[in-house]
Amino acid sequence: MAFIPHTEADVAAMLAAIGAARIEDLFDEIPPQLRIRSLAGVPEALNEMEVGRLMSERAAADGTALSFLGAGAYEHHIPAAVWAITTRGEFYSAYTPYQAEASQGTLQLIYEFQTMMARLTAMDAANASMYDGASAMGEAALMAVRANRKSKAARILVPASVHPYYRRVAHALTCNQGLTFAELPYAPQEGTTSAAALVPFEGADITALVIQQPNFFGRLEDVDTLTDWAHARGILVIAVVNPTALALLKPPGEWGARGADIAVGEGQPLGVPLSCGGPYFGFMTTRMEHVRQMPGRIVGRTLDAAGRPGFTLTLQAREQHIRRAKATSNICTNQGLLVTAATIYLSLMGPQGLERTAAAAHARTRELVAALTRVPGVRAAFSGPYFHEAVLQLDRPVAAVLRALASRGIHGGLDLAPFYPELGPALLVCATETKSPADIERYRASLSEALQAARAA
Amino acid sequence: MSQLPADLKYTKSHEWVRALTDGTVEIGITDHAQHALGDLVFVEVPEAGRKVQAGEACAVVESVKAASDVYAPLSGEITGGNPKLAAEPEAVNTSPYGEGWLMRLRPAPGALAAAALMPAAEYQKLLDAEGG
Repeated sequence: MAFIPHTEADVAAMLAAIGAARIEDLFDEIPPQLRIRSLAGVPEALNEMEVGRLMSERAAADGTALSFLGAGAYEHHIPAAVWAITTRGEFYSAYTPYQAEASQGTLQLIYEFQTMMARLTAMDAANASMYDGASAMGEAALMAVRANRKSKAARILVPASVHPYYRRVAHALTCNQGLTFAELPYAPQEGTTSAAALVPFEGADITALVIQQPNFFGRLEDVDTLTDWAHARGILVIAVVNPTALALLKPPGEWGARGADIAVGEGQPLGVPLSCGGPYFGFMTTRMEHVRQMPGRIVGRTLDAAGRPGFTLTLQAREQHIRRAKATSNICTNQGLLVTAATIYLSLMGPQGLERTAAAAHARTRELVAALTRVPGVRAAFSGPYFHEAVLQLDRPVAAVLRALASRGIHGGLDLAPFYPELGPALLVCATETKSPADIERYRASLSEALQAARAA
Repeated sequence: MSQLPADLKYTKSHEWVRALTDGTVEIGITDHAQHALGDLVFVEVPEAGRKVQAGEACAVVESVKAASDVYAPLSGEITGGNPKLAAEPEAVNTSPYGEGWLMRLRPAPGALAAAALMPAAEYQKLLDAEGG
C-alpha cells in the first residue's frame, strides 16, 4: 500500500491549478547555492538490522568520555524509573493529541508539570512547554513587547553574560519583527552585570531587561538590584534560569520588590539525557497580569457537564490553529515527551531531592575549581559566588589543551575564545553530582600534564 | 432574534457606534456578534491616544473557542477603552449595548460622515441574509 495519498493525476491537477510545471518549481526561490543536492554519508535505504548496526557503531565512536562540559546542557543522574515510565505506551507520544481532551492522562501530566514549574519559579502560571531554552528566551522577548504597552521601542537589554547561543537564537527569531537588543557589558573582575552598565540606558525607552541566573559564566547576578532598577523605569524583567539551581537560589518570582515578569529556561537538566544536544525542552512562566500574552497553551482543571473534575486546554484561542497569522506565536511548540520525563523526574526527586542534587553539583564544582586552580598556570577568571560552573584562565591556548585532554578521554569544558576573546585563554568548566572525587583528581592530573606538555612544545 | 437598538449605527463586521453628546463615539460589538462568539473570557481594548483608521483591527474579543478582532468603524483617536472589561469580560455578553461597550473614539474630521455605517433596519437585513 502506498502511503502517499496523491496520485500522479492529483499532483498534475494541483500543479496546473497554480500554474507550476513541476513540483521542483515551487522551491526555485531558494538560492541554488543553499540547496543540498546529495547527502553524503546517508544511504538510500537500509533495513532495520543495518540501521541498528550503523547507529551502534556511531554511538561507540563517541566513546564514554568523562565530561566537565556544561554551558547550557548538564549531565545529571537520571533515575531509571524516569524513562521506564515515560516510554510506556500511554505516554509515548511526542505531542498533545489534536483531540486533546480525549487524552485526560496526558493533560493531567501537563497540568502537574505547569504546577511544578510555576512553584519552582514562584510565578503564577506556566505554559505547557517550549521548544528549548534559547527559543523560550526569544519568545519571552516577543511576549515582553506585547505586554509592555508603555514602551514603543521594542528594545531589549541583554547582558553579555547571557548564553551567547541564547542571544543569537533570540536575535534570529525576532529580528524581522523589529526587535533590537542592546548589550550590557559584564564587570571584568566579577563576571557579572554591574549597576554601572545600566547607566547609559537611563531615560531611554527600554521594553525589557534579560537577567540570566546563574549567568553563562556560572556566576550569580545581583538579581534584586537589576530587577528593581528595571521596574522603577517601567522595564519588564525576563529571567533566564536553570531549574536545578532554583532548588537553592531565590526564584524569579521573588527577585527585587516585585519579582520578575517572565521566567524561561532550559528544561534539559530535569531528566533529559544530553543526547548530542537534543531534543530538549524550554519552559516559560509568568505573572497573572501578563498571562494573555504568553505563547503556547495552558492545560486547566475544570468540571465537566456532570460536575466531575477533568482537564482541558485553556488559552488556546490565541494559538495558530485558530488565530493563524495573528497567533501569539507561530514558532513555539510543546515538547510533550520531554515534559513527561521532566514531570516524572521532579516527582521522583521531590523538593528535597532536587535541593540535594543542586547542592551536590555546587559542592563538586567548588572541589573542581579548588583542584584545578592548584595546577600551575591555572587561575579562576572571576571572584564571587557561582553555582555549578566557573571560568578558568590558562597560560596556554585552550583549544590545544582540550585536544590533549580529549585524547585522555576527558571533555575538559568549553573554550570561550570564540565567544569572549577578551578573556584570553579561558575555559568554562562544570561539575555536577555525577562527578566523584576520583574523577576530579583524574581531570586535575590530566590538565597538569597537558599544560606541561604544551609548555615543553 | 437579537435585539438592535434603533439609536445606534452598525457595520458589516458587527460593530455598533453610538454618538455621544461630547462629540466622541462609543463602540461595541452587536448582540449577534457576542452570541456567535459565546462566553467571553478576555477583552483587549486599545489605549487612549492611539490613532486608528477605519477598518483597522483595534481590539480583540476572546471566547473559549475563538479570538476575533474588532475593527474601528471610523477613523479617529481612541479616547479610552472600557476599564470594566479587564475584570468582567462577560459584560459584553450580558449587556452588549450598555456596560459591555469596548472603546470610545474621537472621530477624525469628516470621519463620521465618511464611515460605512448602517441603520438598524439595514443591519437586520444583513443578519437575515446571513441566516442570523
